[in-house]
Amino acid sequence: MKAKVPRLIAARLGIALLTLALISVLVFAITGLLPGDAAQIALGQAATPEAVAALRHQFGLDQPASVRYLHWLTQLCHGDFGESLSNNLPVSELIASRLPNSLVLAGLTTLVSVPIALTIGIVSAMFRGTLLDRVLNLLTLSTVAVPEFLIATLAVLLFAVKLRWLPALSYLSDVSSFGALLRIYAMPVMTLCCVIVAQMARMTRAAVLDQLGSSYVEMAILKGASPMRVVWRHVLPNTIGPIANAVALSLSYLFGGVVIVESIFNYPGLASLMVDAVTNRDMALVQGCVMVFCVAYLVLVLCADLCAIVSNPRLRHT
Amino acid sequence: MNSSHTNTSQVAVSMAPDPVPPPPARSLWSRVTDRLSVTGLIGLMIVVIWTFVAFLGPVLAPYHGGAITSTETFGSYSARHWLGTDYIGRDLLSRLLYGTRYTVGLALAATVLASLTGIFFGLLAAVSGRWVDEILSRLFDALISIPSKILALVMIAAFGSSITLLTLVAALAFIPGAFRIARSLAVNLMALEYVQVARARGEGLFYIARVEVLPNMVHPMLADFGLRFVFIVLLLSGLSFLGLGVQPPNADWGSLVRENIGGLSEGAPAVLMPAIAIATLTVGVNLLIDNLRRRSSRNAKGG
Repeated sequence: MKAKVPRLIAARLGIALLTLALISVLVFAITGLLPGDAAQIALGQAATPEAVAALRHQFGLDQPASVRYLHWLTQLCHGDFGESLSNNLPVSELIASRLPNSLVLAGLTTLVSVPIALTIGIVSAMFRGTLLDRVLNLLTLSTVAVPEFLIATLAVLLFAVKLRWLPALSYLSDVSSFGALLRIYAMPVMTLCCVIVAQMARMTRAAVLDQLGSSYVEMAILKGASPMRVVWRHVLPNTIGPIANAVALSLSYLFGGVVIVESIFNYPGLASLMVDAVTNRDMALVQGCVMVFCVAYLVLVLCADLCAIVSNPRLRHT
Repeated sequence: MNSSHTNTSQVAVSMAPDPVPPPPARSLWSRVTDRLSVTGLIGLMIVVIWTFVAFLGPVLAPYHGGAITSTETFGSYSARHWLGTDYIGRDLLSRLLYGTRYTVGLALAATVLASLTGIFFGLLAAVSGRWVDEILSRLFDALISIPSKILALVMIAAFGSSITLLTLVAALAFIPGAFRIARSLAVNLMALEYVQVARARGEGLFYIARVEVLPNMVHPMLADFGLRFVFIVLLLSGLSFLGLGVQPPNADWGSLVRENIGGLSEGAPAVLMPAIAIATLTVGVNLLIDNLRRRSSRNAKGG
């Protein structure tokens, strides 16, 4: 039975790769095929037709779409994302300079949000139906629906404007000590946490509740185990899989949040790079950023799947 | 009072084929209040008010939306300007009321579009055999693997931002979700006896989809419709906040936050109020859906 796990994982990997290939077609179709001409945009309206034709040839835009797609894909696989039109730097270099910052932000957010979310989820599941559960439900339900920029502006208003504890913008070059680091990351991380804690807590609560309804829990209660013991010794080991799944899926909400948060706090990450690229209509850069985001997203979803497979022997039989 | 097919909380429920018993004759008001708790009623009221404002916003507004009516920029709350003034001295309440059309209207249009397209393809996948199902599912899986905001950014980079594009993008990003739910509902319904009876009668696939399956999908998909609306409101206002959504001189609530972000350091209501307006709308819809879901799952369990 154990031998099935690697095969199942390989199958999931295969599906993920297929999905990635489809995404690359989609992204290329949207950015490379339909709209105006990159050469015309780069040279402006006043360019002579000859100059445009020459640049088109230089970019390879005069070749059929399928050839261009394959060429683009091969380059992508070699880590060559092309050259950014707006500042003539290789896209891979730009992404490499920003990606670590975004990863740090995402990592810190995960570190802070997971324990909080699990606590809220487990507690509200243990006390389901009580006032505490209903208050927590109302809180998480509201936080899920609140736009990130409201939380961010409230945080700035409170901590930067009124109390003057924290800087309103994130200048990473100012980081000289641990305290400075904390001060700079506090608000972006706090905002992102609000976005995903609520989601994660709700999914955790559902996962724990699902187990609380099963017969082995009833058995444990009947034999006289205390509620704490039932949850810690009986329920939690069985919910590790679903909870890990919930955590991975909730983390995918980071992708939406990080776009807004990096812009508000002027944080030099990948998402703000992409927003700038979109504003400048710098297509090569946009394509590069999208592919990086999609790979990250697929990795998360894959992790969620793997957690489910490894923790639930029943899934291995299918 | 509800038959089991009002169970909206689970997708994979088996639907009982028995018809709904005729509802007892009661006033609409008492039927609504019976179903909703306090939070649900609050949610309903918020939704009704904002829908009302979306239609009548320009009539209710004290000033014309684009008119500069004060010399004071980032003014605070006053009798003339209830919500203060914006960065060039326009009445914020009027701007907000005018903007409701975009925030509520665009999101509603996109939600309807996404839901209808999703239901169409979901039904198609469920009724027309394995290969169509497999291809459609893979395609929508790929589409759902691009986070909605990222997808929107790519589309805007390629086509430029316009009202039509925003509606299409928001719909496109949420079609896969609607497709998945519609498909799994339809697949479950297809396995039921009355569908098999219809097949045995020799009915065509189109007839089965339209008469036997579709009517039983509407109710379970309503709560999902509301959730999709919330996510689309958040997506569109997020884009506007980045300056890539509704373009000036028009403004939805997200654009209002962006326009007035300079007033944040002065603590101007112009920054906060539009963001709070979005939050009331989305939280209101969420409260309403949550309430309806709980109520219907409780009914399903009880009877």
